[in-house]
Amino acid sequence: MLTIEGLNTHYGASHVLQGVDLVVPPGGICALLGRNGVGKSTTLRSVMGLVTPTSGKVLLNGVDIAGWQPHRIARAGVAYVPEGRLIFPDLSVIENIKVAERTPAKQWPLPRLLDLFPSLRERARNRGSNLSGGEQQMLAIARALASDPKVLLLDEPSQGLAPLVVRELARVIQILRDSGVTILLVEQNMKLAEAVASTLHIMVKGRMVYGASPDRFRAEEAEIRARYLTV
Amino acid sequence: MDFLAFLVTQCLNALSQAALLFFLGCGLTLIFGIMRIVNFAHGAFFMLGAYVGWSAVYVTGSFWGALVAAPILVGGFGAAFEMGILRRLYGRDGHSFLMVTFGLTLMMGEAIRLIWGVAALQVVMPQSLSGIVFILDEPFPIYRLFLAGAGIVVAVVIWQFLERTRLGLLIRATSQNAEMVHALGTDVRLVRSAVFGIGCGLAGIGGVFAAPMVTASLGMAPNAVIDTFVIVIIGGMGSFLGSMIGALLVAFVQVFGSYYFPDFALAFMYLIMLTILVVRPGGLLGKEA
Ligand SMILES: Nc1ncnc2c1ncn2[C@@H]1O[C@H](COP(=O)(O)OP(=O)(O)O)[C@@H](O)[C@H]1O
Ligand SMILES: [Mg+2]
Repeated sequence: MLTIEGLNTHYGASHVLQGVDLVVPPGGICALLGRNGVGKSTTLRSVMGLVTPTSGKVLLNGVDIAGWQPHRIARAGVAYVPEGRLIFPDLSVIENIKVAERTPAKQWPLPRLLDLFPSLRERARNRGSNLSGGEQQMLAIARALASDPKVLLLDEPSQGLAPLVVRELARVIQILRDSGVTILLVEQNMKLAEAVASTLHIMVKGRMVYGASPDRFRAEEAEIRARYLTV
Repeated sequence: MDFLAFLVTQCLNALSQAALLFFLGCGLTLIFGIMRIVNFAHGAFFMLGAYVGWSAVYVTGSFWGALVAAPILVGGFGAAFEMGILRRLYGRDGHSFLMVTFGLTLMMGEAIRLIWGVAALQVVMPQSLSGIVFILDEPFPIYRLFLAGAGIVVAVVIWQFLERTRLGLLIRATSQNAEMVHALGTDVRLVRSAVFGIGCGLAGIGGVFAAPMVTASLGMAPNAVIDTFVIVIIGGMGSFLGSMIGALLVAFVQVFGSYYFPDFALAFMYLIMLTILVVRPGGLLGKEA
């Protein structure tokens, strides 16, 4: 579904992504782990076209979308939930979703989104800035789904959320998986990543250093954590 | 003279003045909200609207034809300028925009001088608007009444456009987070071009509305641009409602100020602007300080 091959991205002179390789199979959930500043967000932003990679390929169903403008990548079927949610603060919940809904959504029409996120239904007319952190996160996901994406990029969705809300988030991600949405999930919350991912990948300094199934990851977790994840 | 009649006619006077200022300020503030740039050439687009309006009246023989043609032509020119030149500058600091739009002002002034000449051109108002009505026994020009009404209509139309149409929604979203709109599948470059075109078109229609009262002349641009900046600064850069309030405030101060304190009207306007900026550095409804 989504294949990243030898992706390099620079911010000015600093070489942030140094040949990233990653395969996200159709219907799979790939969790991307790593310490702060290793390039996880930059990987998602490069896929989305928000930064232009200097070399390498991003294949969406075999089509190389690297270097395309973000709106074309979105229309090709990639949706993005950014770090920090970035919902539109002065738009209502419904309006936030409408921005992404270019044509009437087939797979995720508004009523289905509001079924999936009951808290948003109650807040439908509220402004984005009046929502709680958890509600904002759900809105950011609903907004991304409104474009009927093939691939969903989620950047640290559990950041700053209470444990109860993280559990709700896990439920939503599982429903998305059961509906066949392919997901590339950047996460610091190991428990959440393990619970939902079909494969786990670890990044160090702009490169992929590890990839395994959740079972294998659990078996060698202590060692892997110490080597790649703890500061 | 009856004080009530005086009050009512002066208020209508101020309302018609506010309408003109609003055509300018609303476009400037929309453009700033989306692009975070100050369009220094806004007064020149206003002036171009007056000249294009004069020509449209000349060609079509109708003031109404000018009201349709000028915003389309001036707005189209603005959109083309954004696509051809400004688009290359996004991501740079504000100075380059100031330089480029200032340069455009000079070039438009010269081009207008070459095309239409240096003499002020009288735009004839339609017969139906050229008379006088009596309001509480006070004579009042119909054209000013028409202007006040046009201002209200245009304000309502733009407000509904921003609130109810898809492009309006995208404009509001882009002013809050352009990158996110882009990532959600809308080409924000087109939104920017559209907003720049709409803003310039509004200035253009303002120029047509102003022309019958002040004639189309090369002095229009600098006068207009100063008042416009004042109202947008007062209302808050980027705020549509703010531009409306700013226009009303400035117009009322100008009209009543020049009646009661003719020598201080201008100073009074700047005093109000300063006071507002001290209390609310971002303007009445502005976000940024
Ligand atoms: N806009 C930017 N300009 C310059 N450097 C950046 C920018 N964004 C991120 N970086 C740098 O790139 C590296 C990777 O950042 P990021 O992808 O955000 O890491 P992560 O998401 O894994 O925490 C960091 O060293 C960060 O400082
Ligand atoms: Mg990050």
